[in-house]
Amino acid sequence: MIDPDWIMGLGGGLMIGLAAAMFLLMNGRVMGASGLVGGLVDGSGRSNAAERLSFLAGLILVPALIAALTGGYETHLTQNVAVIVVAGLLVGVGTRLANGCTSGHGVCGISRLSLRGILATLAYLLAGGLVMVAFRHLLGVI
Amino acid sequence: MMQRNLFATLAGALFGTGLLISGMVDTTKVQGWLDVFGAWDPTLAFVLGGAILPMAIAWRIATRRSRSVLGQDLPSPPSQRIDRSLLLGSVLFGMGWGLAGLCPGPAMASLGFGGWGGLLFLVAMLAGMVAAPVLRTRLDRAPAPTV
Repeated sequence: MIDPDWIMGLGGGLMIGLAAAMFLLMNGRVMGASGLVGGLVDGSGRSNAAERLSFLAGLILVPALIAALTGGYETHLTQNVAVIVVAGLLVGVGTRLANGCTSGHGVCGISRLSLRGILATLAYLLAGGLVMVAFRHLLGVI
Repeated sequence: MMQRNLFATLAGALFGTGLLISGMVDTTKVQGWLDVFGAWDPTLAFVLGGAILPMAIAWRIATRRSRSVLGQDLPSPPSQRIDRSLLLGSVLFGMGWGLAGLCPGPAMASLGFGGWGGLLFLVAMLAGMVAAPVLRTRLDRAPAPTV
């Protein structure tokens, strides 16, 4: 049976892909969330900081506005402070070391058949899957 | 300059709206996708597939152009360099992604409604990003592993 969530996933996914397509064809840039914010944090993206900030403003403010108008979205994020901090640190360090995350390596890399994007995506999917086995099924932490 | 910033804002807004609609700001959907041995949720495959489709077309258009519509340089062909930073970084990222169910895009898109936990995750992520260049220098300096 077709789950309505799959249709929403496909529709939302198309919007993500159109956003990446627009950013590439209009601005000549790869739409990678970790790279766009990371370049601001470590100073490597100072030359196009305004473009980065404009992107992040749209990314943060428009969903906030939609959530406010529609009565909110639930992220169901864990309440475990240690898990949140460790996960955040890992995501920050990992995406910058790998030069990309789900949007950069996943969406933008796979769509141009980049070997780096494909291998990175396989690596983070495998790591994420193993974490679920270890921390959910064996340890029961998450 | 103004146009570049305008289209960057539009791209960010469309990206964020797509993340909301697709359910990718909901950590249970992401963890459900990664939890192959639990109640597996295939939604993320639809999201990734839906996103790759228009982007694959965009890359094909880009290869026929010398500059972007607004006159910017287009990205150079993808590097083929597979190094320790790419693989170790992706494994670390995947671990954090699984633990919390958040990656950088949704972490920022949910800032307005993600509560204190979402804010804490974002602060930790930014701290990790600050630390990454130091770690990368060490990795690059270490002798290559013999396989």
